[in-house]
Amino acid sequence: MKEQGTVKAAEFWRWQEYHRVMPKKWTSKDLITAGVDVGSVGSKAAIMVNGEAYSWGITRTGSNSPESAAKALSYALEGTELKASDLKYIVGTGYGRVNVPMANKAITEIACHAKGANYIWGPRVRTVLDVGGQDIKAIRIDETGRVVSFLMNDKCAAGTGRGMEVFADLLQIPIEDIGEISLKVEKEPEPVSCTCVAFAKTEAMGLLRKGWTKEKVLAAYTRAMAVRMANLINRVGLEKELVVTGGQSKNIGIVSRIEVILGVKCLPMPNWRDEGNLDPMVAGAFGAALFAKALYEKAQKA
Amino acid sequence: MKVLITHYGYIDGSGEYYIVIDSDRCSGCGKCIQKCPEKALILETEFIDLEDKIVVAVAEEYRKKIKYTCAACKPERGSTPCVLACEAKAVKCIWNPR
Amino acid sequence: MITVGMDLGTQRVKTVVLKDGAVASRGQALSGFDPTKAAEQAVDEALKVANLKLSDVAYFAATGSAMDMAPYANSTVSMMGADAKAGVYLFPKARTIIDVGAEEARAVKCGDKGIMVDFVVNERCAAGAGVFIEAMARALEVKLEDMGPLALKAERASPINASCVIFGESDVVSLIHRQEPKPEIARAVFDAMADRISSMVHRLGVNPDVVLIGGVAKDEGFVASLNRKLGLTVSIPEYPDYAGALGAALTAATRAKGAQK
Repeated sequence: MKEQGTVKAAEFWRWQEYHRVMPKKWTSKDLITAGVDVGSVGSKAAIMVNGEAYSWGITRTGSNSPESAAKALSYALEGTELKASDLKYIVGTGYGRVNVPMANKAITEIACHAKGANYIWGPRVRTVLDVGGQDIKAIRIDETGRVVSFLMNDKCAAGTGRGMEVFADLLQIPIEDIGEISLKVEKEPEPVSCTCVAFAKTEAMGLLRKGWTKEKVLAAYTRAMAVRMANLINRVGLEKELVVTGGQSKNIGIVSRIEVILGVKCLPMPNWRDEGNLDPMVAGAFGAALFAKALYEKAQKA
Repeated sequence: MKVLITHYGYIDGSGEYYIVIDSDRCSGCGKCIQKCPEKALILETEFIDLEDKIVVAVAEEYRKKIKYTCAACKPERGSTPCVLACEAKAVKCIWNPR
Repeated sequence: MITVGMDLGTQRVKTVVLKDGAVASRGQALSGFDPTKAAEQAVDEALKVANLKLSDVAYFAATGSAMDMAPYANSTVSMMGADAKAGVYLFPKARTIIDVGAEEARAVKCGDKGIMVDFVVNERCAAGAGVFIEAMARALEVKLEDMGPLALKAERASPINASCVIFGESDVVSLIHRQEPKPEIARAVFDAMADRISSMVHRLGVNPDVVLIGGVAKDEGFVASLNRKLGLTVSIPEYPDYAGALGAALTAATRAKGAQK
C-alpha cells in the first residue's frame, strides 16, 4: 500500500532524537559557546568548550521554531551541569528566516554547515554534497571552512530523498535496499534519459515492459541521479576531498556511482552511534557554535 | 583574491539556469538591481568573515522560475543587463537549455 | 481541396479533416505504445465521419511530439507553427497562443497571418504540464474531471510547491493530513499550474488576444486560475485539444496549393 511504503521510507531516512555529552570537564574560565540550527525537519543544538565539541542534542522541529530552538538547546544542556546563562555567546541558524530568540546573532545555514564540515572532517574536506529529503546542496569550501562556491537545488525532486522514495515505491523495493539492489547488475546500463522523476517513472515502466529486470531499471535510474549530482558538484567545482552528507549518504548505489563518475573516493561518514564520534547531522550547529566563539573573541578585543 | 559564489537558479530536465553572484567582488552598489527589468535582484545582508556585508542576491520568489524570469533578457546571446552593468564583474549568468 | 492534419501527442493522437478551408470532421485515438497505428485509426475515424477515402486527401501533415512516426504524412509541421496557424484561424485577433498539453506546454507569439515570430517551451519537466494536474488529482483521490468544479468552489488556495510534481504531491498529502478542505487544495493545484504557465508566457510578452489550446484548456479550474493570473480572459475554441491537428491541416492546405503552382 502506498501509505505503508511512505511510512517505511520515512523510517529509513529517520534519525533518532538523542543527546550526547562528551567526557570533558569545563570551568567558568572556559569560553563556552553554543550553536542552534533549526532545520525544516530536525533542530540541533551544540555546545562547545573553547571550540571543542562538548555536548549536542537533536530533536524534531515542531510547528513553532522558537520553541524548537529552545527544546534543542535544553536537550544539549541536559547532563552537562551547565545553565543557559553559562553560555557566553549563542549563534542561531537554520532553514529560511528562522527565529532563534536566545541567539546573540543569526548566521546563514550554509556558512554554518561549511564551518561545521571543516570541524568534523578537518581541513582536507573541500567539497560537500548534502542530499536532503527535498533539496540538494553542493558546497565548495576552503581549508578554514569558508564558503567558496555554493548552490542549492530545491526546485526539482530528481536526486532528493523524496525522488528516490517515489522510485522505490514504483519498483516496490524497500527503501533501505535500493542502494544495494541498484548494484546487483552485471553491466551498468545506460542512465534513463529523463531526469524528471515524473517522466522517468513512465520511462521505467516502458523498460520493465521491454523485459528489463527491476535491478537494471533501478541501476539506470540511480545512474541518472548520480550523474545529476555529479553535475551539481562540478558546477561549484570539485576539489578533493569530497564528502556526501544527508539521507542519500546511506545510499551506496548513489555514492559509489558518484565516485566512479568523478573519479574520487568520498571521505567516510563518522558513525554517530560510536561514542566519541561526532554526528554530521549536527554540522550546522557546530559551525554556529564556532562562529559564536569567534564573534565573542572579536567583541572582547574591541 | 577570495571568492564567495552563490548560484541562484536550478538545473532540471529542461536545462541549467543560474544567476551567479560573487559576494566578495560585490560592492553592493546596486547598479545591476536598477538594470533588471523584472526587479528580480535585491540587496541582502550576508555574514562574511565575521562582518555583515550588504550584497546582491536574487529575490526568493524568482529562484525557482529563473528560466522564465531571465529569458526576456536573452541570456543565450550573452547580453544580460545585470552582468553588463557590474563593474566589479561580480554577476555572471549560466544559461544552458537542453 | 481536402487535407488532413495529425497531431501525435504523448497521450492521444488527434486528427482533423479540412475541406475547402472548413473543418469537416475530427478523430482521435490513444497513442499507447504504437502512435503510428493510433494515428491510422484516428485518420480512419475522421475520414469515415466525413464520408471520404484516403485517396480523396490531397495532403497529409503531421505535428506533435511523435510527428516523425506519423503514417501517410507528406511533411511535418512544428508544433509552434501549427499552434500559431490554428490560433489565428479560430480567433483572427489572436497574437499570443498558449498550448498546454499532457507533457509539454508552450506559448507562441504570432502576427495576423498566423506566422510564428517567437515562442517559449516548457518541456522535459512535468511541472506546468497536464501530468501535474493528473498527479495531484490522484493524490487528492479525486477524478480528473472533478478537479475543476471542485476548485471553483474555493475562495482561496492552500500553499503548494509549484516547481515540481513530486514536491507538489508531497505537499498535497501533508495538506490532506492537516485536513485542509479539498476545494482549496484543488484550487492551489490550478493556481500553481497557472503561475508556471503565466511566467512562461510573460517571457514572450502578453499580446492580446490570448488564445488557450491543448487538452488542459478543457479544464475550467485551470482556465479560471489562468485568467486570474494573467489578468485577462483567454479565448478558448470549442475543441481546444484539436487545435494542433487543425493547424497542421491548415498548413497542409497552404503547402498543397504551393505544390500545385
